[in-house]
Amino acid sequence: MKELMIGNAALARGLYEAGCSVISSYPGTPSTEITEEFAKFDDTYCEWAPNEKVAAETAFGASLRGKRSACCMKHVGLNVAADPLFTMSYTGVNAGMIICVADDPGMHSSQNEQDSRHYAIAAKVPMLEPSDSQEALDFAKIAYEISEQFDTPVFIKMCTRVAHSQSIVEKGERTEFAKEYVKNPKKYIMAPANAIARHPFVEERTAKLTEYAETSPLNRIEEGSGEKDFGIITSSTSYQYVKEVFGGSVSVLKLGMVNPLPVKLIKEFAEKVGSVYVIEELDPIIETHCRNIGVDVQGKDKFSILGEFSQKTIADSFGLEKKPAVTLDTDIPVRPPMMCAGCPHRGMYYVLAKNKLTVLGDIGCYTLGSMPPLNALDMTLCMGASVSGLHGYNKAGKEETENKTVCVIGDSTFIHSGVTGLINIAYNQSNSTVIILDNSITGMTGHQQNPTTGLNVKGDPAGKVDLESLCRSVGINSVRVVDPYNLEECERVVKEELAKNEPSVIISRRPCVLLKYVKPKKPLHVNTDKCKGCKRCMKFGCPAISFRDGHAVVDNTLCIGCGVCAGLCPFEAFESEVE
Amino acid sequence: MATKNIMIVGVGGQGSLLASKLLGRLLVDEGYDVKVSEVHGMSQRGGSVVTYVKFGDKVYSPVIEEGEADFIVSFEKIEAARYIRDLKAGGTVIVNTQQIDPMPVIIGNAQYPSDILDEMKTKGVNVDAIDALSLATQAGSSKACNIVLMGRLAKYFDIPVEKWEAAVEKCVKPAFIEINKKAFDLGYNN
Repeated sequence: MKELMIGNAALARGLYEAGCSVISSYPGTPSTEITEEFAKFDDTYCEWAPNEKVAAETAFGASLRGKRSACCMKHVGLNVAADPLFTMSYTGVNAGMIICVADDPGMHSSQNEQDSRHYAIAAKVPMLEPSDSQEALDFAKIAYEISEQFDTPVFIKMCTRVAHSQSIVEKGERTEFAKEYVKNPKKYIMAPANAIARHPFVEERTAKLTEYAETSPLNRIEEGSGEKDFGIITSSTSYQYVKEVFGGSVSVLKLGMVNPLPVKLIKEFAEKVGSVYVIEELDPIIETHCRNIGVDVQGKDKFSILGEFSQKTIADSFGLEKKPAVTLDTDIPVRPPMMCAGCPHRGMYYVLAKNKLTVLGDIGCYTLGSMPPLNALDMTLCMGASVSGLHGYNKAGKEETENKTVCVIGDSTFIHSGVTGLINIAYNQSNSTVIILDNSITGMTGHQQNPTTGLNVKGDPAGKVDLESLCRSVGINSVRVVDPYNLEECERVVKEELAKNEPSVIISRRPCVLLKYVKPKKPLHVNTDKCKGCKRCMKFGCPAISFRDGHAVVDNTLCIGCGVCAGLCPFEAFESEVE
Repeated sequence: MATKNIMIVGVGGQGSLLASKLLGRLLVDEGYDVKVSEVHGMSQRGGSVVTYVKFGDKVYSPVIEEGEADFIVSFEKIEAARYIRDLKAGGTVIVNTQQIDPMPVIIGNAQYPSDILDEMKTKGVNVDAIDALSLATQAGSSKACNIVLMGRLAKYFDIPVEKWEAAVEKCVKPAFIEINKKAFDLGYNN
């Protein structure tokens, strides 16, 4: 049956049909749904790991035991998994192993725009790149064959527009797969003597994979009608844009395998078409390869190295006629994302901003605390960096910073890589105050369970990390828990912990209001007789509160009745609905 | 058939996901090649969100660009205006008249434009404004705005209403079918 599927769901389906038995991943937009969809299959194992390194090593272990496996992550997650990656390239696999990595050109939900293809080249691991959902499904099966035939992990690289676009997919049946594990120290123990012996294998493998790339159906030439005196080499979603602009009028070399790249095939294509354009998002990987093999191409001088492409960016680069469009004279106010009405993070941020603290931040929904009117953050770098960054900041600033600087980090991010920073704070004794914003879920990526929630990827009961015990056991003696809806308590505890001459952790605990088990209360309303129009509530930045005709107004479709605003108002103007 | 392009725009959390699911289901059942594209993650948190629905004999790009949309279905008044450059000449905007203030307006750094729909009309845009929130509430749930708007969109298509309703049934939980069918009818008939 034909059905619409996002690329991530189709990839999950492809992994399943290919007999993948174990998936371990860490969530990250735009990769998250691969794992979520795979978790819906009953006869396989699937998990959220604490971070991408653990996920990749878990998948490796499953491959070693003889089951096809995968791990999934976003582009920046691959940085975390890079350590095992480079040596897995040497060991190779037993059963097939796939690393699904999703890039985010345009940074819809990311802190940088890095191009994962560099990792494939650097680690000498093959990489396939689907351009729609059907290819995502099909490529999963091919990737396992390549993995076992060439004895290597294989990347499948997604990007936002392939991962999150639905297109029509034809499903197939699952084929089971299992191999025996045979002890083989020379292959699997990468101590220097074995690794030295193994490196030539990696180089020979790349040569063989290049031969494979010359004739594999993953790479194909689509002959144009001959109307154009140039040809285009492209891959991924850029292929779709090229076809949208030029249809069948131009010859296209569509690359489904982007590492290693073919040599003869590209030369053959270039000879046929005359001049060649390379259209690829982000870095000039294919372009550089073409130049290296002596094929003259145009690429980044014409098509941007920045952001996403579209049919328009490509048509504009070729100077094609623009489509007529309406423009308005009125400025439309921007609508940036923000923390939800009732978000538990807001209370803590209000306290931090009110006390003019320096706040080192981390990766998650709570990065939105940087937005007006709270403007509560000073830094966001990568997963876990708030904690280690705070330690460095306070070691440099000493008593000048220690009592007016904190860091904030979510529960899932803390487990991912914040706890190692906390160990450093405890071990090397910086007088730092770490605030864990524990909303009992991995929020920004769309509510994934994590080791602190007590539930697994399927929502079933699982082990549970006790954050208080964990922090104490690494050597933090002062661990406090506060309710971020209680502003008075938050402010008092933050001041007390900052005043102490020792490392401390404050756990700001209340579940995300979007969780199904959090039942909203009745919306509040403003008593306009009491409201003096002082706008103090406007500093709270709740999207449910706006200001009209001299008074605060509550939007009852957004308000969840958390009541924190009522505590802020000096005139008690926010009132609960009379039951 | 040449590709038709529909944009669904609004504020994160307004339920555009169900609208695009409904359209995707309907159009696949009608035998078209279909692509539906949206962005997940950061922008969903109360930010401006956009979903692209494209259908025809063969659809390549999953996104809709400047001057390409046959329809913009907007869940909120100024969101229609934000994406107006993507409307094709002669295209139609179906807009819920609900006003949701963005944060710069809430904190007093910007004004909410009051007569934006009139400006669109003077620029030659076909504007079909509808109070979807009231109609949804009338149907039984303020959350059914999305289906009210789909009901209105259905008026512009040759696809029989029964097929739209069948798609509604396939896309919502059994407990909500009646409310949503009512919402669809109110959008279609008002």
